[in-house]
Amino acid sequence: MSIVTVQLGQCGNQIGHEVFNAVCSDVLGKHGLCSKKEDESYQDACKERFFSEEKAGVPVARAVLIDMEPKVISKTLAVAARSGYWKYDDRSHFCQKQGSGNNWANGYSVHGPKHKDAIMNLVQKEAEKCDRLSGFVTIMSMAGGTGSGLGAFVTQCLRDAFPASFILNHIIWPYGTGEVIVQNYNSVLTLSHLYRSSDALLVHENDVVHKICAQLLNIKQISFRDVNQVIAHQLGSVFQPVYTAESALHYSRNPLGDLMETLVPHPEFKMLGLRNIPQMPENSLAYSTFSWPGLIKHLRQMLIANATMEEGIDWQVRPPCPGSSIPTRHSTSKPLHFNTSIANLVILRGKDMHSADIGSFQDPALYTSWLNPQDAFNLWKTPRAFNKYEKSAALVSNSQFLLKPLDKLVGKAWNMFASKAYIHQYTKYGIEEDNFLDSFTALEQVISSYATL
Amino acid sequence: VAVGQCGNQVGCRFWDLALREHAAVNKKGIYDEALSSFFRNVDTRSSGNGRDISKGKICSLKARALLIDMEEGVVNEILQGPLRDVFDSKQLITDVSGSGNNWAVGHKLYGCQYRENIVEKLRKTAEHCDCLQCFFIIHSMGGGTGSGLGTFVLNLLEDEFPEVYRFVTSVYPSGEDDVITSPYNSVLAMKELNEHADCVLPIENESLFDIVNKIQQMVNSGKLGSIVKQNSLVTSSASGTKAVQQKPFDAMNNIIANLLLNLTSSARFEGSLNMDLNEISMNLVPFPRLHYLVSSLTPLYTLADVNVPARRLDQMFSDAFSRDHQLIQADPKHSLYLACALLVRGNVQVSDLRRNIERLKPSLNFVSWNQEGWKTGLCSVPPVGHSHSLLALANNTCVKPTFMELKDRFMRLYKKKAHLHHYLHIDGMEQSCFSEAISSLSDLIEEYNELDATKNGPGIDPTRLKIAM
Repeated sequence: MSIVTVQLGQCGNQIGHEVFNAVCSDVLGKHGLCSKKEDESYQDACKERFFSEEKAGVPVARAVLIDMEPKVISKTLAVAARSGYWKYDDRSHFCQKQGSGNNWANGYSVHGPKHKDAIMNLVQKEAEKCDRLSGFVTIMSMAGGTGSGLGAFVTQCLRDAFPASFILNHIIWPYGTGEVIVQNYNSVLTLSHLYRSSDALLVHENDVVHKICAQLLNIKQISFRDVNQVIAHQLGSVFQPVYTAESALHYSRNPLGDLMETLVPHPEFKMLGLRNIPQMPENSLAYSTFSWPGLIKHLRQMLIANATMEEGIDWQVRPPCPGSSIPTRHSTSKPLHFNTSIANLVILRGKDMHSADIGSFQDPALYTSWLNPQDAFNLWKTPRAFNKYEKSAALVSNSQFLLKPLDKLVGKAWNMFASKAYIHQYTKYGIEEDNFLDSFTALEQVISSYATL
Repeated sequence: VAVGQCGNQVGCRFWDLALREHAAVNKKGIYDEALSSFFRNVDTRSSGNGRDISKGKICSLKARALLIDMEEGVVNEILQGPLRDVFDSKQLITDVSGSGNNWAVGHKLYGCQYRENIVEKLRKTAEHCDCLQCFFIIHSMGGGTGSGLGTFVLNLLEDEFPEVYRFVTSVYPSGEDDVITSPYNSVLAMKELNEHADCVLPIENESLFDIVNKIQQMVNSGKLGSIVKQNSLVTSSASGTKAVQQKPFDAMNNIIANLLLNLTSSARFEGSLNMDLNEISMNLVPFPRLHYLVSSLTPLYTLADVNVPARRLDQMFSDAFSRDHQLIQADPKHSLYLACALLVRGNVQVSDLRRNIERLKPSLNFVSWNQEGWKTGLCSVPPVGHSHSLLALANNTCVKPTFMELKDRFMRLYKKKAHLHHYLHIDGMEQSCFSEAISSLSDLIEEYNELDATKNGPGIDPTRLKIAM
């Protein structure tokens, strides 16, 4: 089954491009470290999922590129075509000239309705190219105007037009300081709207990825390209073909459906975080050896201590003993706060993964009480190594990972809203104070739900 | 739209440097999107009206501009100079006698007289645009044409093109301005700017003068050695580097021209984090009337070599916040920031931006509801002659002193009713125009006062919404 990617705005298009690059180079690389048959299976599954065949030449990405200004899409199309390994469909993009001005209301209320038909036509065409459609992944940032506002509108349209398909929003959480001044408003409006129409929100935080680039990858002058490549690698580690428990003999055919089923048991809880291990500079790979017990141990501690990468993990944090009270929201300042999960998915890629013992992830103490721990944890795996890492493990977690960032974001937005700063820029396009209040209310509800896990 | 002597002299520098910048970037002579932001491509071979050519080789570039002046000298000089082919005769509106440094003559008399003509010419230039996003008005505040007719045009733009952004670059008179009535003209113009502009970039001649002198000193002292790029856009003018004259307007005007080029660079050229003009307005104007942005350009001194180590890069950021780099007499560091934008050009990455924001943040005061109020942009294409550059735009209460001084100078004249009769005998001018204008300015100053009062107060976060469980 295939995934159609909808790239929205500058961020969405820049990242989408890196994702297809990563996926393509993983498949073409000779680092599978598995049997030829396995490798071929993997390649076929990956190709069906992300690319359509063209009669002559390179695979064509199953993607729709949308932006309200032309420069980024031009560059993205050109660079992809130059690679010689894959390209975008030349007709599968939509742009305008004037941008959205970082204005969510402009993206949602003006550009959305105006360009709905043109955009949905393109999506329909891409969907029709798929033999079987698993669903849609949209890539967008929350901070700007197009990805956020138009992205929220398009997500709603996707939901209306494809009620049986899965929709995953991949969202970029902006840097805490300084990208866009109205980023907190745009984010609050985006998250509250997406929560209604989307199946799940998979989040990458710029601050976190930036730290990975600085501390794990030792990059001196970090560019957005570096950040985007890390994000693409992490997404690839989730969406490249795997065997699931139900689909043990052939690569799973329903990546998005499987993901939703394992991780989103309840519509109130849709926020997914992503962790990946190991991450290191490419030139160190040859000198490193990995063991599954080591990787799994680190990944589990990253989960329960809410660590964003494999360095600086707080090993003091332990799951609560049965019978002890779980820390409440007001004690988030306590250093030993334990990250409670609803559901977790671990993905192992590489040699001897069947020998890996993931029992520690099935400990009921990790999870909130209202789900059977058997249902709360799932394991996907493949012996085929990913992107030159002999062994790698990814964790997609529906847990309190994003509670603190969300709380901070809403706090800052509320603080600004109380002074009414910038509101005139939104009301100009029909987003009134009431709409803001609705969004704040919706998110306070989400925060409360996650906090009382 | 360049109005008046100052506006047109700055405009002339702008078009020269814009051509130079695009020539440096566009090696193949193909008319591209970047060029089309400022220029039309006209087929001059066919007789009569040249057709616009939207793609392919550059034939003849015409500036998307309107040149307005109520005396002919400046515009005529432009039309005889090297830029004569860049302007269409249909883009000019001139008269003979000037406005006599009288806002009322510019705004009421000539405004009325030339209204139809201006509207028609504006419409024509707008029709040539696929997607018109923004008008730039360049003028001075202290005279009669730029100030009066310039703000009349501002009004017209709002009426005729309400959806299009209006950015105004205004040169404010200095204390020792030799035009006695400049305070009247400026305050009358301010009211229009308050009410009809989306963003105003105030400039003061004193600041430009100081900056030009500083550059000259560095060049003469030989501190920069052999790495001074003679053809950098900051110091060059149409006829190569000039010796500093008594009124180095060309060098000063170059700075304003560079401001406009840097402001629009991310809209014209690609980069990893684009920043368009509508984003500037969105992020830097938290309340409609507080739309005055203090700008600074760096490096002006570092006419630098290609591989500049990180240390030098950080200096560029530090300088952007120092008082002697601002284009008005203001000290943003010791006042209150409502919002700040950093537009970087060249080989600068997001980590450089982040590092410098983290570094400089503690020494800056931001208003309580916008503690992390930074808007950033990264454009890959540096300005000609530099490897990187930074434009900082600040919505900061440090503009207040400029406005207060203006008010004081106005009041000194107004109290004695000095020169009022020159204004009041113009059709459409009444005493109320003056009282409304000074009232508008006072209100604006009061808004800045209220914000300043919050500066050292304890920031109490408003209570969050509570959800019933």
